Amino acid sequence: MSTAKRPPSRPIRDFVISRSLSGLVSLILVTALIFIGTAMLPGDTASALLGQNATPAALEALRQDLRLDDPLYLRYFGWFWDVLHGDLGVSLASGRPVSEVLLPRLQNSMLLALVASLFLLPVAIGGGIAAAIWKDSWFDRALGFTSMLFLAMPAFLVGYILIYALSVRMGWFPSMSVAPLMGGVGPWVKVLALPVLALVIIGQAHTMKLTRTAILSVLSTDYILMAEVKGISRRRIILLHALPNALSPILSISILTVAYLIVDVVVVEIVFSYPGLGKLMVDSVAYRDLTVVQACGLFFALIFVAMNFLADFLAMLANPRQRVPARGAV
Amino acid sequence: MMTEPVLRIDGLKIAAKTTTILEDISLQVQRGEIFGIIGESGAGKSTLAMAVVGLLRSGCQRKAGSVTLAGNDLFALPQPELERVRRRKVSYVAQSAAAAFNPFYRLSDQITELAALELGTPKAERHRMAAKLFAELQLPDPENFGKRYPHQVSGGQLQRAMIAMALINEPDLIIFDEPTTALDVTTQLEVIRLIRKIVSDRNCGAIYISHDLAVVSQLADRVMVLRHGKIVETGETRALIENPQEAYTRDLVANKTTTSAAQVAGEAQATVTVQGLAAGYSGVSTISGISLDLAAGKITALVGESGSGKTTLARTIAGLVDLHAGQMLLKGKALPGRIEDRSPEARRRLQYIHQLPDLALNPRQTVRDIVGRPLTKFGGLRGAALEAALQQLMRDVELPESFLDRVPGSLSGGQKQRICIARALAAEPDVLICDEVTSALDPLVEESIIQLLLRLMGQRPLSILFITHNLLLTQRFAHEVVVMKEGRIVEARPAADLFAAPQEDYTQRLLAATPLMERGWLEARLHANEATN
Amino acid sequence: MRNFGFIAAVICFALLVLAAIFAPLLAPYSPSEPVHMAYAAPDKKALLGADSLGRDMLSRILFGLRYTLGIALSVSILAAGVGVTLAFLAAFRKGWTDLLLGRLVDAVMSVPQIIFALVVLAVAGVSLPVLILTMAVLEATLFYRVIRPVAGDIVAMDYVEVARLRGEGIGWYLFREILPNAAPTLIAEFGIRIAYAVLFISGLSFLGVGVQPPDADLGGLVRENALAISVGQLSPLAPAVCIALITLSVNGIVDWFIHKYSVRGELG
Repeated sequence: MSTAKRPPSRPIRDFVISRSLSGLVSLILVTALIFIGTAMLPGDTASALLGQNATPAALEALRQDLRLDDPLYLRYFGWFWDVLHGDLGVSLASGRPVSEVLLPRLQNSMLLALVASLFLLPVAIGGGIAAAIWKDSWFDRALGFTSMLFLAMPAFLVGYILIYALSVRMGWFPSMSVAPLMGGVGPWVKVLALPVLALVIIGQAHTMKLTRTAILSVLSTDYILMAEVKGISRRRIILLHALPNALSPILSISILTVAYLIVDVVVVEIVFSYPGLGKLMVDSVAYRDLTVVQACGLFFALIFVAMNFLADFLAMLANPRQRVPARGAV
Repeated sequence: MMTEPVLRIDGLKIAAKTTTILEDISLQVQRGEIFGIIGESGAGKSTLAMAVVGLLRSGCQRKAGSVTLAGNDLFALPQPELERVRRRKVSYVAQSAAAAFNPFYRLSDQITELAALELGTPKAERHRMAAKLFAELQLPDPENFGKRYPHQVSGGQLQRAMIAMALINEPDLIIFDEPTTALDVTTQLEVIRLIRKIVSDRNCGAIYISHDLAVVSQLADRVMVLRHGKIVETGETRALIENPQEAYTRDLVANKTTTSAAQVAGEAQATVTVQGLAAGYSGVSTISGISLDLAAGKITALVGESGSGKTTLARTIAGLVDLHAGQMLLKGKALPGRIEDRSPEARRRLQYIHQLPDLALNPRQTVRDIVGRPLTKFGGLRGAALEAALQQLMRDVELPESFLDRVPGSLSGGQKQRICIARALAAEPDVLICDEVTSALDPLVEESIIQLLLRLMGQRPLSILFITHNLLLTQRFAHEVVVMKEGRIVEARPAADLFAAPQEDYTQRLLAATPLMERGWLEARLHANEATN
Repeated sequence: MRNFGFIAAVICFALLVLAAIFAPLLAPYSPSEPVHMAYAAPDKKALLGADSLGRDMLSRILFGLRYTLGIALSVSILAAGVGVTLAFLAAFRKGWTDLLLGRLVDAVMSVPQIIFALVVLAVAGVSLPVLILTMAVLEATLFYRVIRPVAGDIVAMDYVEVARLRGEGIGWYLFREILPNAAPTLIAEFGIRIAYAVLFISGLSFLGVGVQPPDADLGGLVRENALAISVGQLSPLAPAVCIALITLSVNGIVDWFIHKYSVRGELG
């Protein structure tokens, strides 16, 4: 295959351009939604935020800070401009720059997601592939049953069962994941163990189901039947005829799983008091620290959009029908 | 050695959970012989083809009988042995080449996979093998053809590439499962020629499965007629065509024998007139310079291969395509290009029947709702009058009145198309546009629908525009024939004149490429082709 | 096996709904009065024990069930109404309507649901109407995403073209052609969305932005009693198990329905 001349890379370029544009449009719409939402506070924003006993001077300072006297669209562009320059404003609760509050939490969230995906992806994708290959076997049925069970469970139920069993009863891990400031790898393992385990249990069902569906749809195609008719062994059919075609959906499923692990884990972070971005956001909602909530929302959206883009991009690279133009030179 | 058949099937019976799919099938295929299998949809052709390589679809079971391929009793072999026989002794050419090629790999790699597996042939050598086969199969640029992905080549080329794949292991038997059904007639002729040549050059056996008796009669040495999973009859091709023993076979043969068209005397008035028409989607005209008249009481056949623009023209008249130039008249009155601009009266007068009745009938409505709606909307019928009209329409399309309470899902393809016709007639139209209305149906059903249309024409003053890809089919009933190619009208003349002496080169080629059952047709075509080449 | 699961799911769901409806009759105590010792362990008097204020857990769960089911149901009905209407309209009109709605839905969906809800609730403050409305908007986008392609497929059918050739009005398209054919998908999706809404409202309440104290839905009950877990009490798990039972039984019913009517789509 290496002997072939490379085809003109137009489909890839077209994809990147069009998807970047649509991703950008989504982001602008989202930031506008977040911003307008923030601006639509009933009553006077500043006094609502600071409460009834605020001094006039403090109110005026906050007004200026939030540009509350400007028209809405100007405030949006101003905010957007600042964001583009890395200025996320100041936390209303602590007075520290938002970026300073946010970045360490983001790192923690990423670490949790990364470690969880390291365990989750092989288990879930391997399980999904196996379930599809041995469709309707006891293994497939058992996986289907546990998937159904875990999909129905609220995340905190899984979390608390783990805490009760492994922390309260066994005493193997701390129930609270307060991050150690130093001390190397050992303490981190203890901190991460339970949240990671919870995420793997909660997340695997969905990923496994998607993988199983993707493989089954490949296995039911005419070209797999053709390979069977040609007398290719079952092993070779699965490894060389089916899996490469399932690569594209599996890549995309994997990336979206990671995105889910970064973003959709707020509840797990709260259960274990893990100091991630999700917990920061929930805590900030409680304090009505709007600038931080705004910034968290922005980052989550950004990550989500970027991961979706990456998922589609990798899926495209793994699919010759999308990657190689239909007409034109070989 | 000639006495030992390549394939022998003895008393094969295959059943699914509740139904028997194949019953008591026995046949033999010799080296150098093409064995034809003919049958309508649901006859069990594909199950039989799979059984020949020892494969059963999930849920199916072999109840009795055996399949012996090149001396191997397939259903007695352990899986690895069975796979080895498949790799070495037999090949399969499927109907849909586009679906049968793995989209992930380049053609050359897929086609030569067995050579790599069985002989360990190195890549460069395999590439040369493939290129040689591509050249033999007259594929363009054989050196580089194999470097393409399946989605990069046309359907006809892919079909030939699949034949190349079937030849790579030098099999004793090749199964051709409707390999030309998806192709245009001119492409079909090429593929038929190749199949003929391959079998005689390589002295292998072949099974050719089709629903088209004409194609099979030209290719096969012997033919088996299959129906509802049972053998109707088997025989030498010539004997079977010229002297069929069974009623079903006689119907099949009679269906394809040409009869002359019934001519209506006198000058008829035009119902629809089209002048200088150009139309298409999003600003691009896919058809242009179209002028034609549809005469009252006459059938105008609109013929062309895929991509000729025949359906676009039909849909333009129906008001579904953007009109770019020209004008249309209905009974002398201007007919707007957009359906939305047309009066209820114009909508009523012009009715359109779709190709696939499955998609044209709302599965959640009863036949009564479906056929009753135009009666209510256009005729204002209600209550007893509506019921009487419904029953009359069912009689007109020769269906029992009890069908009024059925839903489309419980009807056969032919019955569904009759419901579509009834719905169109309910509007009491002047013009009926029939868009390939029989091409999805089995030959005998197709015949019955055409007979129905002819009878209906005798009862009421209809003009019919009959769109089809099958030029020969129209010879039997069309009064006028319009041949289209690449968005333009090539030839438009009274059917009798056109079939007596086609003027245009393209019409002649189209006519020549449509298979007949007559003896020696294929040889004559091949001679003619060689002469022009 | 599937039928057995279906029957079990129907019975389970029916019992939960009945329990919610007749909560005032069934509850042994008032859900808001301290009647036991704080953190009382389950016994004959308090079947599921008591919370930190000594309120009866079983009574609180029965009333919490009302909140959870009531909110999930109203959210799903509202979301189905909006999402499905817009999806039909987009499929039928195509062009700008379709493009605009598609973009908007994409934008809303490009923010994870829980994050979106947190932002809105942080800003607008937590109240029952805001909660239901926010969830309904988010759920409506999911309805839209599932129903739009289904409606698109139906609109592309030749029988819809026949209706167009005949000159039918929009009411005929929507209610005679599209809706009957989309109904199985719609019903299945409605079930899936109810299960999802139950998990969603439970999650929000667990995070403290759902139903506000002193009232509590099932998720809120878990939040209130979370601390008891670390001292070895299992009482907060009871409402959580209740949530799982709701979603499990709804999913069981939907699963049966999907197989019975071979609807495209999947759970989760």
